[in-house]
Amino acid sequence: MPDFSILTENWDMYIKGFFITIYTSLIGLIGSFILGTILAIFRIAPFKPFNWIGTIYIEFFRNIPLLIIAFFLFTALPTINMQLDGFQAGTLALIIYTSAFIAEAIRAGILSIPKGQTEAARSSGLTYTQTMRYIILPQAIKIVIPPLGNQFINLVKNSSILTILAAGDLMYQADLISTRTFVTFDVYIFVAIFYLVITIPLSTGVNYLEKRLARSN
Amino acid sequence: MFKKKKGLLTVLLLAMLSVLVLSACGSKDSSGDQSKESGKNALEAIKEKDKIVFGVKNDTRLFGLKDPKTGNIEGFDIDIAKEIAKIILGDESKAEFKEVTSKTRIPLLQKGDIDAIVATMTITEERKKEVDFSDVYFEAGQALLVKKGSPIKSIDDIKKGTKVLAVKGSTSAVNIREKAPDATVLEFENYAEAFTALKAGQGDTLTTDNAILYGMVDEDPNYQVVGDIFTDEPYGIAVKKDSPELVQAINDALKELKDNGKYDELYKKWIKTSN
Repeated sequence: MPDFSILTENWDMYIKGFFITIYTSLIGLIGSFILGTILAIFRIAPFKPFNWIGTIYIEFFRNIPLLIIAFFLFTALPTINMQLDGFQAGTLALIIYTSAFIAEAIRAGILSIPKGQTEAARSSGLTYTQTMRYIILPQAIKIVIPPLGNQFINLVKNSSILTILAAGDLMYQADLISTRTFVTFDVYIFVAIFYLVITIPLSTGVNYLEKRLARSN
Repeated sequence: MFKKKKGLLTVLLLAMLSVLVLSACGSKDSSGDQSKESGKNALEAIKEKDKIVFGVKNDTRLFGLKDPKTGNIEGFDIDIAKEIAKIILGDESKAEFKEVTSKTRIPLLQKGDIDAIVATMTITEERKKEVDFSDVYFEAGQALLVKKGSPIKSIDDIKKGTKVLAVKGSTSAVNIREKAPDATVLEFENYAEAFTALKAGQGDTLTTDNAILYGMVDEDPNYQVVGDIFTDEPYGIAVKKDSPELVQAINDALKELKDNGKYDELYKKWIKTSN
């Protein structure tokens, strides 16, 4: 049984960390979804240079550790006079990293729509953008929801990257509490519970959305 | 043939076993021997064997750092030890060095493997129960590191919103919160990351022991240590408990070094408040 006095005595720190984690996750979620969608379209656009840019971005960022991206943004950008604090650098790193995975998920979803639909839409006079917007993406989104849910859950957990940038997220607060109290196990048990409070509703929401959209077929 | 070999093996095993058993006894005995021997005091014993074995750090910049090319350990601690050997035994080559860590130094001293510890060792009441300390040879304590030209000149300049960088779980992080409650303290995983963050402008000042800060200045002369130390962690030379003669000899040597200017010379050689 964990020692609940750890939780009550450090409640302020836990709550502060909890909200910073939620905050960075929300921004990261929206940002990486938008950037990921753009990248996915780049990858399948009928214009070669866009494909190259998309491919280079995705292959680069999903194949290096998030830690390196975060530390780079935090320490290297200031040398070119772009000062990002720990929170900004960490959240941006999350967006950059996660969007590469999201782009791949969305691309897979789009490619799973039979090519005949695009051809039909184009020959009935729709532009490429219109075809995407009205024909392909609405269908692709249903296929993409489950893998996207996975990426969002990963994003919430990956937000612990803010810890090394001293940005005050849940994990950072937990480190401080444990180094001060010399209690480790119990401190992190409560951290796990706080993460679950975010991720369980998220995955429930994704499941619900999946069912709703499946019904609309 | 085969039988013979087996016999040999048994003998070997037996020999190894007896060595183990004997050595276990031996270590118990030797401590007894030494206490019996201590009719001669520690200082006389050193003079008799005509060398002093110092326990020193090999991983601490400026104090005791092993040069990977030459294999020699160099630093303030080493130079001080050599000078002490010179005064007590007449020749600095009579100082021998053994690499120790914070964990091993006291056991090695008590076992008699080393005669004295000169290894960035803070004098504490707790440790005084285990060893005898000389006078202070380095005034260590918590200080501030800033970029040259920073408006922060001492701990009093830390205002609300000043970002102070520290290392996670260090006593310096706890201290700075007490001494400058208005500061925003950002804690990093280790000194390298904290210093990198300071260089990247992610904080206004970095705080930890001055001995470590001087090492950072040594690495990057664009930074300097400012203000007085605001905690007191004096370094002393430790010798085996109850050897007042040796402590006295070391204290005399330290005093001589301070009087003849040799101490200042060594201090300036290693410790640069700013480059």
